[in-house]
Amino acid sequence: MIPRFAPGVRLNHDKARARWVVMAPERMFVPDETALEVLRLVDGARDVEAIVDALAAKFDAPRDEIAADVRAMLDDLVTRGALSG
Amino acid sequence: MRAPLALLAELTHRCPLRCPYCSNPVELTRASGELTTAEWARVFIEAAELGCLQVHLSGGEPTARRDITAIVAAARDAGLYTNLITAGVLLDAALMTRLVAVGLDHVQISVQDAEETGSERIGGMKGAHARKEAAARLVREAGLTLTLNAVVHRQNLHNLPLLIDLALAWGAARLEVAHVQYYGWALANRDALLPTRVQLDEATRIVTAAREAHEGRLVIDYVVPDYHAARPKACMGGWGNAFLVVSPAGHVLPCHAAESITGMSFPNVRETSLHAAWEESEAFNRFRGTDWMPAPCRGCAHAERDWGGCRCQAFALTGDAGATDPACALSPHHALLATALAEASAARFRYRQFVVRH
Repeated sequence: MIPRFAPGVRLNHDKARARWVVMAPERMFVPDETALEVLRLVDGARDVEAIVDALAAKFDAPRDEIAADVRAMLDDLVTRGALSG
Repeated sequence: MRAPLALLAELTHRCPLRCPYCSNPVELTRASGELTTAEWARVFIEAAELGCLQVHLSGGEPTARRDITAIVAAARDAGLYTNLITAGVLLDAALMTRLVAVGLDHVQISVQDAEETGSERIGGMKGAHARKEAAARLVREAGLTLTLNAVVHRQNLHNLPLLIDLALAWGAARLEVAHVQYYGWALANRDALLPTRVQLDEATRIVTAAREAHEGRLVIDYVVPDYHAARPKACMGGWGNAFLVVSPAGHVLPCHAAESITGMSFPNVRETSLHAAWEESEAFNRFRGTDWMPAPCRGCAHAERDWGGCRCQAFALTGDAGATDPACALSPHHALLATALAEASAARFRYRQFVVRH
């Protein structure tokens, strides 16, 4: 599965406040560090496996652990309407 | 530092509709006085630098501007999230394609009623309802999410269930049910628009039930009319706190109705930077924070929650923009609202129009 942002949703850099913000129709939210790591890899090309690989490499962590975290995070972001289900 | 999160860009006061509760000032700016494309592009860059993350492109009718595509492109280039707030009646397939191509993020379409007759009487434009339906379809077909904005009042609240059905039928992901706020044109038509307490309670019940029934499919935002309230609304999240407006003529305002406060003068983007207007202007600092507050706001536990309510409403009802909003039960002027509710009985509208100045 290739995760994608839901229509009208994008990740924006908020320069004035030095943070990243998820912009969505009529609302916005600030993702926590873990969600941000995942969201920055959502580019419409990487599938879930590729995102897990990238994060396992970046944090030098066991792939199984990262995979479980990423799947839970993606589910959460779908529920919150940031990613399309 | 206090920085604005959103810019409301009122691109024009021109509009094919004539809604009697229009939020534009009673004295409208003509096309010749409007900011140019290049001036708007500069405003967007300055707004983003100041901390704005999104721009609401509004009016009047924003698509009445022939350069609307260039304006959306400039806002996106500045890094802003772009929300087009439109009546939808001028939106055709060619324009929709151009707007999507330059990166428009979201569209909000207004509806005046749930069916053609009421919609055309309230909006004062023949054929508007069918055009809005077609525009909603274009937005959905372009793959954008759609918000419908339904302004409600005494003369259309009986159709609230049908307005919710309409939002579902037109494929909206979000519906704003917004009770009229009484400034400018709406204040002039207050007697014809104020809902009764019974109507308000029924509307609140309908919205609550619909939210539950359509959870996961339709989000309903609900803006209540403060004439029936005991606490004022936190207008704009506080004066000069999170939000700024640029008018068609370039005035920088803390709120879209601020020019209704006579005697105040506001900075203009043709003469000053947005940064200077926000940080240094007398107008933005006058009601900022809590230092300006009189009793009963001063020292009140709600002072930093509702910021004393709305300055424009305080001015419209008491003649003093620095007074506590009469919507607050603690205001010595609170009875003015009950009197207005008791007297509201008119049926005829005074439609918005450009007034010929001599």
